[in-house]
Amino acid sequence: MKVKPDPAFLEKVEELSGQSVNACIRCGTCSAGCPFVDEMEVLPERVFKKIVLGDREGILKGNTMWICAACFTCSVRCPRDIDIARIMEAVRQIMLRENIDMVDITKIENMEILPQLAVVGCFRKETG
Amino acid sequence: MEGYLYYPGCTLKTKASDYEKSAMAVMEALGKPLVEMDDWYCCGAVQSLTTDDLMHQIAPVRTMCCAQEQGETELVTLCDMCYNVLKQANLRMREKPQDLETLNEFLDEDPDYRGEVEVFHLFEILRKMGREISKKTVKPLDGLRISPYYGCMLLRPTEIAMDDTENPKVMEELLEVLGAQVIDNPKRTECCGSYHTVNRSDIVEKRVKAIVARAVDDGADAIALSCPLCQFNLDYHQRSAGYDIPVLYLTELMALAFGLEVGMEKHWIDPKKMLKEKKILE
Repeated sequence: MKVKPDPAFLEKVEELSGQSVNACIRCGTCSAGCPFVDEMEVLPERVFKKIVLGDREGILKGNTMWICAACFTCSVRCPRDIDIARIMEAVRQIMLRENIDMVDITKIENMEILPQLAVVGCFRKETG
Repeated sequence: MEGYLYYPGCTLKTKASDYEKSAMAVMEALGKPLVEMDDWYCCGAVQSLTTDDLMHQIAPVRTMCCAQEQGETELVTLCDMCYNVLKQANLRMREKPQDLETLNEFLDEDPDYRGEVEVFHLFEILRKMGREISKKTVKPLDGLRISPYYGCMLLRPTEIAMDDTENPKVMEELLEVLGAQVIDNPKRTECCGSYHTVNRSDIVEKRVKAIVARAVDDGADAIALSCPLCQFNLDYHQRSAGYDIPVLYLTELMALAFGLEVGMEKHWIDPKKMLKEKKILE
């Protein structure tokens, strides 16, 4: 499929994350160490490629940024010192700021047994 | 202050009260009581990572400002997530003075935060008290095989890590002082699934199964940790994989070794049976 480039997307991600996406050499260390990679439709280093290409749609359609739980494993291991968790957060924020929420409070099962910090954390990461 | 100023956060008074009670008891026994802050705010549980999102730095900064106004330069957390959020927010205020200035201007009814408070996790305090802990250990945890679990928030990102990010040792050291046998788990620094427990418990179940399986296969009697979210995930979600290994706060084990009263009331897998079998509890 032909990608319709959106250069403003790369700019926005870099502005929000404070990271250089172009510094990525696609070595795959982030994917190799990610404890959630099996759940991701697009591997983290491929997300970076898509950001550089301006493939906004391709990224936002995938689930990578919602599966990422900001555990910082990739951030501490990246040989290019890219704080990858911040890039995932930037992509999440771009979507959340378009009023797309990923969690619905009325549909949470087991609310009474969940520890507060889980609920607070989830709402911080998945609602705008 | 005789002991340490203590920031509880949202979960320690309720779901993680076993942790608060045992931590308070051991620190009291060690002569360094935890003294709760006069005023504090929920930290937000996860650090907000975008450059323009200052709003979510307000709560942790206000809490550190409360510590400052109580005349303290050291603030202790028990919760790993609070530790991480406070520590990252503090670092940002120090590295980006313009962000601190903006926040201080916005919080115009509060005193200015000066960025001088140091945030510590309880384990950092305990690590320096090996001799005192050894002296207080009247009922060593002989024969108890414990697998430490760190998770993420004490160790990452590197800038705020309280131990080596890939090979932490603080829990191993403390457990050895208490007389327990440490069972190494190569997955002890892998994420448990965190807040996905709210709406993607399938992800958490897979993560927890992988982590718990290593501890069980290597013969551990229990898992020790400090994060209330990891505690819930490991304790609650291992049952779907058919495991039943107790998940204890390290301070509960320490309280047992000190011969103190330990409630252990809010565990999904009751640790008391195993502790009786091991003759740690009568």
